[in-house]
Amino acid sequence: MFKQLTAFSIIGLSVLGLAGMAATTPELGRKLTDTDLDSLDVAILPDGQGLPQGQGTAAEGKPVYAVHCASCHGVEGMDGLHDRLAGGVGSISSSRPVKTLGSYWPYATTVFDYVRRAMPFHFPGSLSDDEVYAVTAYLLFLNGIVDESRVLSQTSLPEVKMPNQGNFFWRSFEAEARP
Amino acid sequence: MSGQHTDSIDAAGNGLLHRRFFLKTGALAATALMTAQSSARDRPAWMNAPGKGMSAAGEPSQYEKHVKRLAASRPGTTGSGASRSPLEHLEGIITPSRLHFERHHSGIPEIDPGQHRLALFGEVARPLSFSAEDLCRYPLVSNIQFLECSGNSGAMIAPSPVENSCSILHGLVSGSEWSGVPLALLLDEAGIKASGKWIIASGADSARMSRSIPLSKIYDDAIIALYQNGERLRPGNGYPMRLFLPGWEGNASVKWLKTLQVTDQPAMTKDETSKYSDLGETGKAELFTFDMGVKSLITSPSPGLDLDRQGLYQISGIAWSGAGRIKKVEVSTDGGSSWADAHLDAQPLPKSLTRFRAAWRWQGGQSVLLSRATDEVGQVQPTRAQVMKGRAPGSFYHYNGIQAWQVQTDGKLRNVYV
Ligand code: HEC
Repeated sequence: MFKQLTAFSIIGLSVLGLAGMAATTPELGRKLTDTDLDSLDVAILPDGQGLPQGQGTAAEGKPVYAVHCASCHGVEGMDGLHDRLAGGVGSISSSRPVKTLGSYWPYATTVFDYVRRAMPFHFPGSLSDDEVYAVTAYLLFLNGIVDESRVLSQTSLPEVKMPNQGNFFWRSFEAEARP
Repeated sequence: MSGQHTDSIDAAGNGLLHRRFFLKTGALAATALMTAQSSARDRPAWMNAPGKGMSAAGEPSQYEKHVKRLAASRPGTTGSGASRSPLEHLEGIITPSRLHFERHHSGIPEIDPGQHRLALFGEVARPLSFSAEDLCRYPLVSNIQFLECSGNSGAMIAPSPVENSCSILHGLVSGSEWSGVPLALLLDEAGIKASGKWIIASGADSARMSRSIPLSKIYDDAIIALYQNGERLRPGNGYPMRLFLPGWEGNASVKWLKTLQVTDQPAMTKDETSKYSDLGETGKAELFTFDMGVKSLITSPSPGLDLDRQGLYQISGIAWSGAGRIKKVEVSTDGGSSWADAHLDAQPLPKSLTRFRAAWRWQGGQSVLLSRATDEVGQVQPTRAQVMKGRAPGSFYHYNGIQAWQVQTDGKLRNVYV
């Protein structure tokens, strides 16, 4: 009994400790095909990878926002029941920081990604990609980052530079990435 | 203090006794802690007839109904919010699954495991998909570990102390035995390309909660958890599968895990930029502050568990660290003028709650109870002032300061800053 236990724990250790070596597993993973993924499964990265086709402007986004978002986030992204989305620029290093897309968020792609995956709160995924580009443009317009007629798309959205981007940092994890 | 207590060994000021006191003098301790005993001459009703029959699943006693989670959602939503573990009513280091804290961003999905698949793709040689049943056939590992929301104890940044219970203030931490598949095994099966550096995990809730995790953590100790405390995960904790990253902020352990995309860069999702980032007073903000610091907390006595008479009490609490094992917990009952080592239950486990205890004779005076943990890498739990240093106002994540409970002369306890 004792011997068996020891042998088992040695196998357990080697599975974990020597992850670089081919461990013995049942290898039950099935080949993933494109149809296994839905349109929201692929992450949108700050450099624009993963962004879908489509486009929109703030002018087009204004009515989308009024219908689908204003009830919770307030007229022009302020004074709503839920997160404030606009204003607060310059407040982040003050004694009363107000975090909004304009004052805080480092990447414009995050706005598109988050709204597309999770908003409007009760009906996520209900907006078309064009509507998401448009409402993203409107939110950036409310924050003075793009003008009303700027067309946001797969190529132009990642080019939008968010004003507070330079104030973020993180430690590197890459050196230890591999076993 | 006076000669009548020569049987005890004072370990620090204000009646704090040696950590082995209870072990040495069990009988004495028992009498002091015991609540009133029934002295009825008649047998109680439950002894006069057979009790209830068996049941498919157990329930706590009807007399324990007050031991429950405290749940609150954002207005207008049912599922954006949190429920907190009733820490002051719990003992040991395992939180019953039904009382484990939860933090959801858009409610709890009711997932049919037959339809749920985990997709592993991106910078891999062989994109794969797995069902929960598939994963149950892999070699599983089980570990007793804590999970803590990085927003836990956030109320402690308030300029003046919030009067509330231990669970309202600190109940976003729990401990469980988590069993699952080491994620490294699945990555090896898929074959990571040299370009792969991060993994983007997202859930099958309607918020598709998503976080970017550096591969180093995956190869260190990440698992896909399938079981919690011996049973399959409960829906509120990610059924049928969740990512579990020992020692890291709870939000990164994505529940209802649906996709794992290997990438060369982090995705900068809303919940790792707008939220769960740490803003400093200079306006600089740090991203990916995953590690949960060394922390401890006296759970009893604490506000609501007031002292009803002078005498001997057991101070009981939990300590934990995202960096490994708890090495030592010190307790003070005089606001930090003097400290004594607490007794640690069993052998502290890495990245797990550790239960600590101390014996204390309350002499009726105003007292301030503190605990201070040290972990195996030498981190010492900071004071509130140390934690607050350099933070921007309102920056509440990763609060691990020393908690102070003041005992008033009437025996009531409250949250204070020292
Ligand atoms: C029913 C109320 C409701 C509606 C309608 C709604 N939201 Fe939200 N929104 C929320 C809630 C609640 C959150 C926070 C969710 C969480 O807990 O993560 C949120 C978060 C956000 C955030 C992130 C804020 C931050 O600072 O992190 C953005 C951006 C956002 N919503 C945009 C939108 C847009 C655009 C629409 C319309 C298409 C919309 N919302 C409609 C309730 C709503």
